[in-house]
Amino acid sequence: MSAKKWLWLAVFLIAVFGVVPVFIEITGRSDLYYTLTSVALLSIASAGVWLTFYIGRINIGQGAFALVGGYVSAILVTQVTVNFWLTIPIAGLVCAALSVLIGLPILRLRGVYFAMVTLVLTEVAKLSALALPYTNGAKGITSIPLPGPLVLFDLVLLPGLESIANPKLMFYIIFSVLMVLAYWVLWRIVNSRLGHLCRSLQQNEELASSIGVNVAYIRVVAFSISSFLGGVAGAGFVGISQSIYPSSFQVADSINFMLNCFLGGLGYVFGPMLGTLVLYFGWDLLFVTGRYQLLIYSAILILLMLLVPNGMLSLFDRKKASS
Amino acid sequence: MNPILEVKNVSRRFGGLIAVDDVSFNVSAGEILSVIGPNGAGKSTLFKLISSFLKCSSGEVQLFGQRISNLSPHEVARKGVVRTFQETTIFKSMTVLENVIVAHQIRAKANLLDFFLRTPRAKSDEGRFKESALSIIDLMGLTEFKDEIATSLPQGYLRALGMSIGLATSPKLLLLDEPFAGMNHEETMRMVSTVGRLRDELRLTILLVEHDMPAVMKISDRIVVLNFGQKIAEGSPEAIQENPRVIEAYLGSEDTALGI
Repeated sequence: MSAKKWLWLAVFLIAVFGVVPVFIEITGRSDLYYTLTSVALLSIASAGVWLTFYIGRINIGQGAFALVGGYVSAILVTQVTVNFWLTIPIAGLVCAALSVLIGLPILRLRGVYFAMVTLVLTEVAKLSALALPYTNGAKGITSIPLPGPLVLFDLVLLPGLESIANPKLMFYIIFSVLMVLAYWVLWRIVNSRLGHLCRSLQQNEELASSIGVNVAYIRVVAFSISSFLGGVAGAGFVGISQSIYPSSFQVADSINFMLNCFLGGLGYVFGPMLGTLVLYFGWDLLFVTGRYQLLIYSAILILLMLLVPNGMLSLFDRKKASS
Repeated sequence: MNPILEVKNVSRRFGGLIAVDDVSFNVSAGEILSVIGPNGAGKSTLFKLISSFLKCSSGEVQLFGQRISNLSPHEVARKGVVRTFQETTIFKSMTVLENVIVAHQIRAKANLLDFFLRTPRAKSDEGRFKESALSIIDLMGLTEFKDEIATSLPQGYLRALGMSIGLATSPKLLLLDEPFAGMNHEETMRMVSTVGRLRDELRLTILLVEHDMPAVMKISDRIVVLNFGQKIAEGSPEAIQENPRVIEAYLGSEDTALGI
Protein backbone atom coordinates (compact mmCIF):
# COMPACT_ATOMS: atom_id res chain seq x y z
CA MET A 1 0.00 0.00 0.00
CA SER A 2 1.24 3.47 -0.85
CA ALA A 3 1.84 6.15 1.78
CA LYS A 4 -1.14 8.09 0.50
CA LYS A 5 -3.45 5.15 1.06
CA TRP A 6 -2.18 4.67 4.61
CA LEU A 7 -2.87 8.33 5.23
CA TRP A 8 -6.44 8.01 3.99
CA LEU A 9 -6.93 4.95 6.16
CA ALA A 10 -5.64 6.85 9.21
CA VAL A 11 -7.92 9.81 8.50
CA PHE A 12 -10.87 7.46 8.11
CA LEU A 13 -10.19 5.61 11.35
CA ILE A 14 -9.66 8.81 13.33
CA ALA A 15 -12.90 10.22 11.94
CA VAL A 16 -14.93 7.12 12.78
CA PHE A 17 -13.50 6.33 16.19
CA GLY A 18 -12.40 9.79 17.33
CA VAL A 19 -14.04 12.77 15.70
CA VAL A 20 -17.58 11.37 15.51
CA PRO A 21 -17.89 10.29 19.19
CA VAL A 22 -16.34 13.55 20.41
CA PHE A 23 -18.65 15.57 18.17
CA ILE A 24 -21.69 13.70 19.47
CA GLU A 25 -20.66 14.08 23.13
CA ILE A 26 -20.11 17.82 22.71
CA THR A 27 -23.33 18.48 20.82
CA GLY A 28 -25.36 15.99 22.84
CA ARG A 29 -26.95 14.56 19.68
CA SER A 30 -26.78 10.99 20.96
CA ASP A 31 -29.53 9.98 18.49
CA LEU A 32 -26.78 10.16 15.85
CA TYR A 33 -25.21 7.07 17.38
CA TYR A 34 -28.20 5.00 16.34
CA THR A 35 -28.19 6.51 12.85
CA LEU A 36 -24.48 5.95 12.31
CA THR A 37 -24.61 2.44 13.73
CA SER A 38 -27.37 1.72 11.22
CA VAL A 39 -25.20 3.08 8.44
CA ALA A 40 -22.35 0.81 9.55
CA LEU A 41 -24.63 -2.26 9.52
CA LEU A 42 -26.27 -1.37 6.21
CA SER A 43 -22.90 -0.84 4.61
CA ILE A 44 -21.82 -4.31 5.79
CA ALA A 45 -24.83 -5.78 3.99
CA SER A 46 -24.10 -3.61 0.94
CA ALA A 47 -20.52 -4.87 0.88
CA GLY A 48 -21.94 -8.35 0.33
CA VAL A 49 -24.12 -7.19 -2.54
CA TRP A 50 -21.11 -5.48 -4.05
CA LEU A 51 -19.21 -8.79 -4.06
CA THR A 52 -21.99 -10.50 -6.02
CA PHE A 53 -21.82 -7.64 -8.51
CA TYR A 54 -18.12 -8.40 -8.75
CA ILE A 55 -18.84 -11.89 -10.12
CA GLY A 56 -21.33 -10.40 -12.56
CA ARG A 57 -24.59 -11.05 -10.76
CA ILE A 58 -27.23 -8.49 -9.76
CA ASN A 59 -28.26 -9.43 -6.23
CA ILE A 60 -31.58 -8.01 -5.02
CA GLY A 61 -31.92 -10.62 -2.30
CA GLN A 62 -29.73 -9.29 0.50
CA GLY A 63 -32.83 -8.29 2.50
CA ALA A 64 -33.73 -11.98 2.73
CA PHE A 65 -30.41 -12.86 4.33
CA ALA A 66 -30.53 -9.85 6.64
CA LEU A 67 -33.98 -10.99 7.77
CA VAL A 68 -32.85 -14.58 8.29
CA GLY A 69 -29.78 -13.39 10.20
CA GLY A 70 -31.96 -11.16 12.36
CA TYR A 71 -34.36 -13.97 13.25
CA VAL A 72 -31.52 -16.42 13.94
CA SER A 73 -30.04 -13.93 16.38
CA ALA A 74 -33.37 -13.02 17.99
CA ILE A 75 -34.42 -16.64 18.45
CA LEU A 76 -31.05 -17.68 19.87
CA VAL A 77 -31.05 -14.79 22.34
CA THR A 78 -34.66 -15.10 23.51
CA GLN A 79 -35.25 -18.85 23.36
CA VAL A 80 -31.83 -20.44 23.82
CA THR A 81 -30.29 -17.55 25.82
CA VAL A 82 -27.13 -17.49 23.75
CA ASN A 83 -25.05 -14.35 24.28
CA PHE A 84 -26.00 -11.78 21.63
CA TRP A 85 -22.43 -11.19 20.45
CA LEU A 86 -22.03 -14.89 19.71
CA THR A 87 -25.23 -14.94 17.66
CA ILE A 88 -23.67 -12.54 15.14
CA PRO A 89 -21.19 -15.03 13.63
CA ILE A 90 -23.75 -17.82 13.99
CA ALA A 91 -26.31 -15.77 12.04
CA GLY A 92 -23.67 -15.15 9.38
CA LEU A 93 -22.82 -18.84 9.10
CA VAL A 94 -26.47 -19.89 8.91
CA CYS A 95 -27.01 -17.42 6.08
CA ALA A 96 -23.85 -18.58 4.30
CA ALA A 97 -25.00 -22.22 4.53
CA LEU A 98 -28.46 -21.27 3.31
CA SER A 99 -26.99 -19.32 0.40
CA VAL A 100 -24.97 -22.35 -0.71
CA LEU A 101 -28.20 -24.37 -0.95
CA ILE A 102 -30.03 -21.57 -2.74
CA GLY A 103 -27.04 -20.47 -4.80
CA LEU A 104 -26.16 -23.85 -6.32
CA PRO A 105 -29.25 -23.88 -8.54
CA ILE A 106 -29.89 -20.15 -9.04
CA LEU A 107 -26.33 -18.94 -9.67
CA ARG A 108 -26.54 -20.65 -13.06
CA LEU A 109 -28.92 -17.88 -14.06
CA ARG A 110 -27.50 -14.69 -15.48
CA GLY A 111 -28.48 -11.07 -15.82
CA VAL A 112 -32.05 -10.11 -15.19
CA TYR A 113 -33.08 -13.73 -14.46
CA PHE A 114 -30.82 -13.99 -11.44
CA ALA A 115 -31.96 -10.54 -10.31
CA MET A 116 -35.59 -11.59 -10.52
CA VAL A 117 -35.10 -14.76 -8.50
CA THR A 118 -33.19 -12.93 -5.77
CA LEU A 119 -35.91 -10.30 -5.66
CA VAL A 120 -38.39 -13.06 -4.91
CA LEU A 121 -36.12 -14.41 -2.16
CA THR A 122 -36.77 -11.32 -0.05
CA GLU A 123 -40.50 -11.86 -0.28
CA VAL A 124 -40.10 -15.58 0.47
CA ALA A 125 -38.11 -14.75 3.61
CA LYS A 126 -40.83 -12.38 4.77
CA LEU A 127 -43.61 -14.92 4.17
CA SER A 128 -41.58 -17.61 5.94
CA ALA A 129 -41.15 -15.32 8.93
CA LEU A 130 -44.93 -14.91 9.02
CA ALA A 131 -45.58 -18.64 8.79
CA LEU A 132 -42.84 -20.49 10.69
CA PRO A 133 -43.50 -21.65 14.26
CA TYR A 134 -40.58 -19.94 16.06
CA THR A 135 -40.85 -16.51 14.50
CA ASN A 136 -44.08 -15.38 16.21
CA GLY A 137 -45.85 -14.31 13.02
CA ALA A 138 -46.62 -10.68 12.26
CA LYS A 139 -46.06 -9.63 15.88
CA GLY A 140 -42.36 -10.45 15.48
CA ILE A 141 -39.97 -10.89 18.37
CA THR A 142 -39.79 -7.87 20.63
CA SER A 143 -38.36 -6.83 24.01
CA ILE A 144 -35.12 -8.62 23.25
CA PRO A 145 -32.78 -7.97 26.19
CA LEU A 146 -29.65 -5.88 25.68
CA PRO A 147 -26.49 -7.95 25.17
CA GLY A 148 -25.14 -9.47 28.36
CA PRO A 149 -21.44 -9.56 29.26
CA LEU A 150 -19.25 -11.66 26.98
CA VAL A 151 -17.06 -13.80 29.24
CA LEU A 152 -14.28 -16.19 28.25
CA PHE A 153 -12.77 -18.23 31.15
CA ASP A 154 -13.61 -15.58 33.79
CA LEU A 155 -12.15 -12.92 31.52
CA VAL A 156 -14.74 -10.27 30.67
CA LEU A 157 -14.20 -9.48 27.00
CA LEU A 158 -17.19 -7.14 26.76
CA PRO A 159 -19.24 -5.83 29.68
CA GLY A 160 -23.03 -6.24 29.71
CA LEU A 161 -24.65 -3.28 28.01
CA GLU A 162 -27.14 -2.81 30.86
CA SER A 163 -24.34 -2.17 33.30
CA ILE A 164 -22.57 0.55 31.34
CA ALA A 165 -23.43 4.22 31.10
CA ASN A 166 -23.52 4.62 27.33
CA PRO A 167 -24.67 1.48 25.49
CA LYS A 168 -25.27 3.45 22.29
CA LEU A 169 -21.62 4.43 22.09
CA MET A 170 -20.64 0.81 22.70
CA PHE A 171 -22.89 -0.39 19.86
CA TYR A 172 -21.49 2.29 17.61
CA ILE A 173 -17.87 1.35 18.32
CA ILE A 174 -18.40 -2.40 18.00
CA PHE A 175 -20.36 -2.29 14.77
CA SER A 176 -17.96 0.26 13.27
CA VAL A 177 -15.14 -2.17 14.06
CA LEU A 178 -17.15 -4.91 12.35
CA MET A 179 -17.66 -2.67 9.34
CA VAL A 180 -13.93 -1.95 9.10
CA LEU A 181 -13.26 -5.69 9.35
CA ALA A 182 -15.81 -6.49 6.64
CA TYR A 183 -14.27 -3.96 4.25
CA TRP A 184 -10.78 -5.17 5.06
CA VAL A 185 -11.87 -8.68 4.07
CA LEU A 186 -13.49 -7.33 0.89
CA TRP A 187 -10.38 -5.36 0.04
CA ARG A 188 -8.16 -8.39 0.53
CA ILE A 189 -10.45 -10.54 -1.63
CA VAL A 190 -10.45 -8.03 -4.46
CA ASN A 191 -6.69 -7.60 -4.33
CA SER A 192 -5.96 -11.31 -4.16
CA ARG A 193 -6.22 -13.97 -6.79
CA LEU A 194 -9.79 -14.70 -5.68
CA GLY A 195 -10.71 -11.19 -6.80
CA HIS A 196 -9.03 -11.70 -10.16
CA LEU A 197 -10.96 -14.92 -10.59
CA CYS A 198 -14.19 -13.10 -9.71
CA ARG A 199 -13.37 -10.52 -12.36
CA SER A 200 -12.67 -13.25 -14.90
CA LEU A 201 -16.17 -14.61 -14.20
CA GLN A 202 -17.70 -11.17 -14.49
CA GLN A 203 -16.05 -10.58 -17.84
CA ASN A 204 -16.40 -13.96 -19.52
CA GLU A 205 -17.64 -17.09 -17.77
CA GLU A 206 -17.17 -19.30 -20.82
CA LEU A 207 -13.53 -18.34 -21.19
CA ALA A 208 -12.98 -18.72 -17.45
CA SER A 209 -14.24 -22.29 -17.52
CA SER A 210 -12.20 -23.04 -20.63
CA ILE A 211 -9.00 -22.23 -18.71
CA GLY A 212 -10.00 -24.56 -15.90
CA VAL A 213 -11.62 -22.15 -13.45
CA ASN A 214 -14.37 -23.91 -11.52
CA VAL A 215 -16.90 -21.17 -12.14
CA ALA A 216 -19.73 -22.79 -10.17
CA TYR A 217 -17.49 -23.06 -7.10
CA ILE A 218 -16.22 -19.47 -7.25
CA ARG A 219 -19.77 -18.18 -7.70
CA VAL A 220 -20.99 -20.08 -4.66
CA VAL A 221 -18.03 -18.91 -2.56
CA ALA A 222 -18.67 -15.27 -3.46
CA PHE A 223 -22.41 -15.56 -2.91
CA SER A 224 -21.97 -17.21 0.48
CA ILE A 225 -19.55 -14.51 1.64
CA SER A 226 -22.12 -11.98 0.49
CA SER A 227 -24.90 -13.69 2.43
CA PHE A 228 -22.67 -14.07 5.49
CA LEU A 229 -22.33 -10.29 5.55
CA GLY A 230 -26.09 -9.92 5.09
CA GLY A 231 -26.74 -12.19 8.06
CA VAL A 232 -24.25 -10.33 10.23
CA ALA A 233 -25.93 -7.02 9.42
CA GLY A 234 -29.38 -8.42 10.17
CA ALA A 235 -28.21 -9.78 13.52
CA GLY A 236 -26.65 -6.42 14.33
CA PHE A 237 -29.99 -4.70 13.86
CA VAL A 238 -31.58 -7.05 16.38
CA GLY A 239 -28.99 -5.81 18.88
CA ILE A 240 -29.61 -2.11 18.40
CA SER A 241 -33.37 -2.18 17.89
CA GLN A 242 -34.06 -5.04 20.33
CA SER A 243 -36.76 -6.33 18.01
CA ILE A 244 -37.36 -8.03 14.66
CA TYR A 245 -40.47 -8.20 12.47
CA PRO A 246 -41.21 -9.88 9.14
CA SER A 247 -41.22 -6.36 7.71
CA SER A 248 -37.85 -5.39 9.20
CA PHE A 249 -36.18 -6.06 5.83
CA GLN A 250 -38.31 -5.76 2.73
CA VAL A 251 -37.90 -5.62 -1.01
CA ALA A 252 -37.23 -1.89 -0.72
CA ASP A 253 -34.27 -2.63 1.58
CA SER A 254 -32.90 -5.18 -0.87
CA ILE A 255 -33.11 -2.59 -3.61
CA ASN A 256 -31.44 -0.01 -1.39
CA PHE A 257 -28.48 -2.33 -0.77
CA MET A 258 -28.08 -2.56 -4.52
CA LEU A 259 -28.46 1.20 -5.00
CA ASN A 260 -25.77 1.82 -2.37
CA CYS A 261 -23.36 -0.17 -4.55
CA PHE A 262 -24.40 1.57 -7.77
CA LEU A 263 -24.16 5.00 -6.28
CA GLY A 264 -20.82 4.49 -4.56
CA GLY A 265 -19.30 2.75 -7.55
CA LEU A 266 -19.20 -0.88 -8.62
CA GLY A 267 -15.53 -0.60 -9.44
CA TYR A 268 -14.47 0.53 -5.99
CA VAL A 269 -14.29 -1.55 -2.83
CA PHE A 270 -15.32 1.37 -0.66
CA GLY A 271 -18.11 2.41 -3.03
CA PRO A 272 -20.89 0.66 -1.10
CA MET A 273 -19.78 2.27 2.18
CA LEU A 274 -19.91 5.78 0.73
CA GLY A 275 -23.14 4.97 -1.11
CA THR A 276 -24.81 3.81 2.09
CA LEU A 277 -23.74 6.90 4.01
CA VAL A 278 -24.91 9.31 1.33
CA LEU A 279 -28.19 7.54 0.59
CA TYR A 280 -29.10 7.13 4.26
CA PHE A 281 -28.34 10.72 5.23
CA GLY A 282 -29.65 12.09 1.96
CA TRP A 283 -33.03 10.55 2.70
CA ASP A 284 -33.04 11.91 6.25
CA LEU A 285 -31.98 15.40 5.21
CA LEU A 286 -34.83 15.56 2.71
CA PHE A 287 -37.31 14.92 5.51
CA VAL A 288 -37.90 18.69 5.76
CA THR A 289 -39.39 18.69 2.24
CA GLY A 290 -42.40 16.77 3.56
CA ARG A 291 -44.50 15.04 0.95
CA TYR A 292 -42.03 15.87 -1.82
CA GLN A 293 -39.32 13.83 -0.07
CA LEU A 294 -39.57 10.76 -2.31
CA LEU A 295 -39.91 12.82 -5.49
CA ILE A 296 -36.80 14.90 -4.84
CA TYR A 297 -34.87 11.89 -3.60
CA SER A 298 -35.67 9.87 -6.74
CA ALA A 299 -34.85 12.79 -9.02
CA ILE A 300 -31.45 13.19 -7.37
CA LEU A 301 -30.78 9.45 -7.71
CA ILE A 302 -31.60 9.53 -11.42
CA LEU A 303 -29.40 12.57 -11.93
CA LEU A 304 -26.51 10.96 -10.08
CA MET A 305 -26.75 7.83 -12.21
CA LEU A 306 -26.77 9.90 -15.38
CA LEU A 307 -23.92 12.17 -14.38
CA VAL A 308 -21.66 9.68 -12.59
CA PRO A 309 -22.57 6.27 -14.03
CA ASN A 310 -19.48 4.69 -12.49
CA GLY A 311 -20.37 5.85 -9.00
CA MET A 312 -19.36 8.75 -6.83
CA LEU A 313 -15.90 7.39 -6.20
CA SER A 314 -15.11 7.66 -9.91
CA LEU A 315 -15.02 11.43 -9.36
CA PHE A 316 -11.88 10.97 -7.28
CA ASP A 317 -10.28 8.46 -9.60
CA ARG A 318 -7.84 10.49 -11.66
CA LYS A 319 -6.40 7.43 -13.38
CA LYS A 320 -9.78 6.54 -14.87
CA ALA A 321 -10.81 10.13 -15.51
CA SER A 322 -7.78 10.88 -17.65
CA SER A 323 -7.98 7.80 -19.86
CA MET B 1 2.78 -42.69 -33.01
CA ASN B 2 0.90 -42.99 -29.74
CA PRO B 3 -2.47 -41.23 -29.67
CA ILE B 4 -3.10 -38.51 -27.06
CA LEU B 5 -6.72 -38.03 -27.93
CA GLU B 6 -9.12 -40.59 -29.33
CA VAL B 7 -12.46 -39.55 -30.76
CA LYS B 8 -14.59 -42.69 -30.82
CA ASN B 9 -17.80 -42.92 -32.83
CA VAL B 10 -18.92 -39.50 -31.64
CA SER B 11 -22.36 -38.26 -32.67
CA ARG B 12 -24.35 -35.21 -31.74
CA ARG B 13 -27.99 -34.65 -32.59
CA PHE B 14 -29.95 -31.40 -32.32
CA GLY B 15 -33.58 -32.51 -32.50
CA GLY B 16 -33.84 -34.20 -35.90
CA LEU B 17 -30.59 -32.79 -37.21
CA ILE B 18 -27.41 -34.86 -36.92
CA ALA B 19 -24.62 -32.29 -36.69
CA VAL B 20 -21.84 -34.81 -36.06
CA ASP B 21 -22.41 -38.37 -37.26
CA ASP B 22 -20.30 -41.27 -35.97
CA VAL B 23 -16.93 -39.54 -36.31
CA SER B 24 -13.75 -41.30 -35.19
CA PHE B 25 -10.09 -40.27 -35.39
CA ASN B 26 -6.98 -40.04 -33.24
CA VAL B 27 -4.63 -37.20 -32.47
CA SER B 28 -0.99 -38.22 -31.99
CA ALA B 29 1.51 -36.59 -29.67
CA GLY B 30 3.32 -33.62 -31.17
CA GLU B 31 1.33 -33.28 -34.38
CA ILE B 32 -0.85 -30.57 -35.85
CA LEU B 33 -4.14 -32.08 -36.96
CA SER B 34 -6.63 -29.92 -38.84
CA VAL B 35 -10.33 -30.53 -39.17
CA ILE B 36 -11.72 -29.00 -42.37
CA GLY B 37 -14.98 -29.11 -44.25
CA PRO B 38 -17.50 -26.91 -46.03
CA ASN B 39 -19.78 -24.58 -44.03
CA GLY B 40 -22.19 -26.49 -41.81
CA ALA B 41 -20.09 -29.67 -41.93
CA GLY B 42 -20.12 -29.93 -38.12
CA LYS B 43 -16.59 -28.71 -37.42
CA SER B 44 -17.51 -26.30 -34.65
CA THR B 45 -19.86 -28.80 -33.05
CA LEU B 46 -17.11 -31.42 -33.04
CA PHE B 47 -14.81 -28.89 -31.47
CA LYS B 48 -17.28 -28.20 -28.67
CA LEU B 49 -17.78 -31.92 -28.12
CA ILE B 50 -14.05 -32.48 -27.63
CA SER B 51 -13.77 -29.61 -25.14
CA SER B 52 -16.99 -30.76 -23.41
CA PHE B 53 -18.79 -27.49 -24.03
CA LEU B 54 -21.41 -29.79 -25.56
CA LYS B 55 -22.27 -33.34 -24.52
CA CYS B 56 -22.02 -36.21 -27.03
CA SER B 57 -25.33 -37.86 -27.95
CA SER B 58 -23.37 -41.08 -28.37
CA GLY B 59 -19.75 -42.19 -28.56
CA GLU B 60 -16.98 -40.79 -26.41
CA VAL B 61 -13.76 -38.80 -26.35
CA GLN B 62 -10.74 -40.25 -24.56
CA LEU B 63 -7.58 -38.55 -23.39
CA PHE B 64 -4.71 -41.00 -22.73
CA GLY B 65 -7.30 -43.79 -22.72
CA GLN B 66 -9.47 -42.04 -20.12
CA ARG B 67 -12.97 -40.88 -20.95
CA ILE B 68 -13.25 -37.09 -20.79
CA SER B 69 -16.52 -36.50 -22.63
CA ASN B 70 -18.57 -36.86 -19.44
CA LEU B 71 -16.63 -34.12 -17.61
CA SER B 72 -17.50 -30.44 -17.36
CA PRO B 73 -15.46 -27.93 -19.43
CA HIS B 74 -13.26 -26.80 -16.55
CA GLU B 75 -12.43 -30.41 -15.65
CA VAL B 76 -11.48 -31.17 -19.24
CA ALA B 77 -9.24 -28.09 -19.17
CA ARG B 78 -7.65 -29.39 -15.98
CA LYS B 79 -6.89 -32.67 -17.76
CA GLY B 80 -4.95 -30.69 -20.35
CA VAL B 81 -7.36 -30.17 -23.24
CA VAL B 82 -7.76 -26.41 -23.66
CA ARG B 83 -9.62 -24.54 -26.36
CA THR B 84 -9.39 -21.07 -27.77
CA PHE B 85 -12.43 -19.32 -29.15
CA GLN B 86 -13.52 -18.40 -32.64
CA GLU B 87 -14.50 -14.90 -31.60
CA THR B 88 -11.92 -12.79 -29.89
CA THR B 89 -12.84 -14.04 -26.46
CA ILE B 90 -10.72 -12.37 -23.79
CA PHE B 91 -11.13 -10.77 -20.37
CA LYS B 92 -11.97 -7.36 -21.78
CA SER B 93 -11.19 -4.94 -18.99
CA MET B 94 -8.01 -6.54 -17.72
CA THR B 95 -4.55 -5.72 -19.04
CA VAL B 96 -2.82 -8.18 -21.35
CA LEU B 97 -0.56 -9.31 -18.51
CA GLU B 98 -3.49 -9.74 -16.10
CA ASN B 99 -5.33 -11.79 -18.72
CA VAL B 100 -2.46 -14.24 -19.01
CA ILE B 101 -1.72 -14.33 -15.27
CA VAL B 102 -5.29 -15.13 -14.31
CA ALA B 103 -5.31 -17.93 -16.90
CA HIS B 104 -2.69 -19.82 -14.87
CA GLN B 105 -5.34 -20.98 -12.39
CA ILE B 106 -4.93 -24.67 -13.24
CA ARG B 107 -1.30 -24.51 -12.17
CA ALA B 108 -2.07 -23.03 -8.74
CA LYS B 109 -0.77 -25.07 -5.81
CA ALA B 110 -2.29 -22.71 -3.26
CA ASN B 111 -6.02 -22.65 -2.56
CA LEU B 112 -8.27 -19.60 -2.33
CA LEU B 113 -7.69 -19.19 1.41
CA ASP B 114 -3.92 -19.21 0.82
CA PHE B 115 -4.34 -16.39 -1.68
CA PHE B 116 -6.55 -14.46 0.72
CA LEU B 117 -4.05 -14.79 3.57
CA ARG B 118 -1.00 -14.35 1.31
CA THR B 119 0.72 -17.48 2.55
CA PRO B 120 4.21 -18.30 1.20
CA ARG B 121 2.60 -20.91 -1.05
CA ALA B 122 0.35 -18.26 -2.60
CA LYS B 123 3.24 -15.83 -3.05
CA SER B 124 5.35 -18.45 -4.80
CA ASP B 125 2.42 -19.20 -7.12
CA GLU B 126 2.02 -15.50 -7.92
CA GLY B 127 5.72 -15.23 -8.70
CA ARG B 128 5.72 -18.27 -10.98
CA PHE B 129 2.58 -17.12 -12.78
CA LYS B 130 3.97 -13.70 -13.52
CA GLU B 131 7.25 -15.09 -14.81
CA SER B 132 5.51 -17.64 -17.00
CA ALA B 133 2.99 -15.07 -18.24
CA LEU B 134 5.80 -12.75 -19.30
CA SER B 135 7.52 -15.48 -21.27
CA ILE B 136 4.28 -16.49 -23.01
CA ILE B 137 3.59 -12.86 -23.88
CA ASP B 138 7.08 -12.64 -25.29
CA LEU B 139 6.63 -15.82 -27.34
CA MET B 140 3.38 -14.48 -28.80
CA GLY B 141 4.92 -11.09 -29.60
CA LEU B 142 2.77 -9.09 -27.21
CA THR B 143 5.47 -7.68 -24.94
CA GLU B 144 4.99 -4.09 -26.06
CA PHE B 145 1.28 -4.29 -25.19
CA LYS B 146 1.55 -6.05 -21.85
CA ASP B 147 0.15 -3.20 -19.75
CA GLU B 148 -2.58 -2.22 -22.21
CA ILE B 149 -6.22 -2.94 -21.44
CA ALA B 150 -7.10 -5.93 -23.60
CA THR B 151 -9.86 -4.23 -25.61
CA SER B 152 -7.47 -1.54 -26.82
CA LEU B 153 -5.29 -4.10 -28.64
CA PRO B 154 -5.16 -4.00 -32.45
CA GLN B 155 -7.42 -6.66 -33.97
CA GLY B 156 -4.62 -8.92 -35.16
CA TYR B 157 -3.12 -9.16 -31.69
CA LEU B 158 -6.36 -10.07 -29.95
CA ARG B 159 -6.19 -13.62 -31.26
CA ALA B 160 -2.58 -13.87 -30.12
CA LEU B 161 -3.81 -12.88 -26.67
CA GLY B 162 -6.55 -15.50 -26.85
CA MET B 163 -3.90 -18.11 -27.63
CA SER B 164 -1.67 -16.81 -24.84
CA ILE B 165 -4.54 -17.35 -22.42
CA GLY B 166 -4.83 -20.93 -23.64
CA LEU B 167 -1.07 -21.48 -23.39
CA ALA B 168 -1.03 -20.26 -19.79
CA THR B 169 -2.79 -23.44 -18.76
CA SER B 170 0.17 -25.46 -20.14
CA PRO B 171 -2.13 -27.70 -22.13
CA LYS B 172 -1.26 -31.14 -23.44
CA LEU B 173 -3.60 -30.59 -26.36
CA LEU B 174 -4.45 -27.12 -27.63
CA LEU B 175 -7.67 -26.73 -29.60
CA LEU B 176 -7.61 -23.74 -31.93
CA ASP B 177 -10.94 -22.59 -33.34
CA GLU B 178 -10.31 -20.90 -36.70
CA PRO B 179 -7.02 -19.23 -35.74
CA PHE B 180 -6.66 -17.57 -39.15
CA ALA B 181 -10.22 -16.32 -39.61
CA GLY B 182 -10.49 -12.72 -40.75
CA MET B 183 -6.74 -12.30 -41.25
CA ASN B 184 -5.01 -11.03 -44.35
CA HIS B 185 -2.32 -13.08 -46.06
CA GLU B 186 0.55 -11.54 -44.17
CA GLU B 187 -1.11 -11.95 -40.76
CA THR B 188 -2.06 -15.51 -41.65
CA MET B 189 1.53 -16.41 -42.54
CA ARG B 190 2.76 -14.91 -39.29
CA MET B 191 0.18 -16.94 -37.34
CA VAL B 192 1.10 -20.10 -39.28
CA SER B 193 4.70 -19.75 -38.20
CA THR B 194 3.64 -19.02 -34.60
CA VAL B 195 1.49 -22.14 -34.46
CA GLY B 196 4.39 -24.12 -35.95
CA ARG B 197 6.66 -22.83 -33.21
CA LEU B 198 4.18 -23.93 -30.54
CA ARG B 199 4.53 -27.47 -31.86
CA ASP B 200 8.29 -27.38 -32.37
CA GLU B 201 9.41 -25.34 -29.36
CA LEU B 202 6.76 -26.13 -26.74
CA ARG B 203 6.18 -29.67 -28.02
CA LEU B 204 2.45 -29.02 -28.06
CA THR B 205 -0.10 -31.16 -29.79
CA ILE B 206 -2.54 -29.02 -31.71
CA LEU B 207 -5.98 -29.68 -33.14
CA LEU B 208 -7.35 -26.90 -35.25
CA VAL B 209 -10.54 -26.17 -37.10
CA GLU B 210 -10.06 -23.87 -40.07
CA HIS B 211 -11.49 -22.51 -43.31
CA ASP B 212 -8.32 -21.07 -44.82
CA MET B 213 -7.15 -23.92 -47.06
CA PRO B 214 -3.68 -22.68 -48.08
CA ALA B 215 -2.85 -22.13 -44.41
CA VAL B 216 -4.17 -25.57 -43.45
CA MET B 217 -2.21 -27.27 -46.23
CA LYS B 218 0.93 -25.49 -45.14
CA ILE B 219 0.70 -26.12 -41.43
CA SER B 220 -0.96 -29.51 -40.94
CA ASP B 221 0.72 -32.86 -40.40
CA ARG B 222 -2.61 -34.58 -41.00
CA ILE B 223 -6.07 -33.48 -42.01
CA VAL B 224 -9.54 -34.82 -41.22
CA VAL B 225 -12.32 -33.78 -43.61
CA LEU B 226 -15.94 -33.54 -42.53
CA ASN B 227 -18.99 -33.20 -44.75
CA PHE B 228 -22.59 -33.21 -43.51
CA GLY B 229 -21.36 -34.32 -40.12
CA GLN B 230 -19.52 -37.38 -41.42
CA LYS B 231 -15.82 -37.99 -41.80
CA ILE B 232 -15.15 -38.43 -45.50
CA ALA B 233 -11.36 -38.45 -45.52
CA GLU B 234 -8.26 -38.47 -43.34
CA GLY B 235 -4.62 -38.21 -44.34
CA SER B 236 -1.64 -36.03 -45.20
CA PRO B 237 -2.23 -32.67 -46.90
CA GLU B 238 -1.02 -34.11 -50.24
CA ALA B 239 -3.35 -37.10 -50.03
CA ILE B 240 -6.30 -34.89 -49.07
CA GLN B 241 -5.74 -32.57 -52.03
CA GLU B 242 -6.01 -35.53 -54.40
CA ASN B 243 -8.86 -37.33 -52.65
CA PRO B 244 -11.85 -37.48 -55.03
CA ARG B 245 -14.42 -37.43 -52.22
CA VAL B 246 -12.92 -34.26 -50.83
CA ILE B 247 -12.86 -32.60 -54.24
CA GLU B 248 -16.48 -33.62 -54.71
CA ALA B 249 -17.46 -32.17 -51.34
CA TYR B 250 -15.89 -28.89 -52.26
CA LEU B 251 -17.33 -28.96 -55.80
CA GLY B 252 -18.96 -25.70 -56.67
CA SER B 253 -16.46 -23.79 -54.62
CA GLU B 254 -13.33 -22.50 -56.32
CA ASP B 255 -10.54 -24.95 -56.96
CA THR B 256 -8.28 -22.47 -55.29
CA ALA B 257 -10.14 -23.09 -52.07
CA LEU B 258 -8.32 -26.39 -51.90
CA GLY B 259 -5.03 -24.83 -52.87
CA ILE B 260 -4.80 -26.78 -56.16
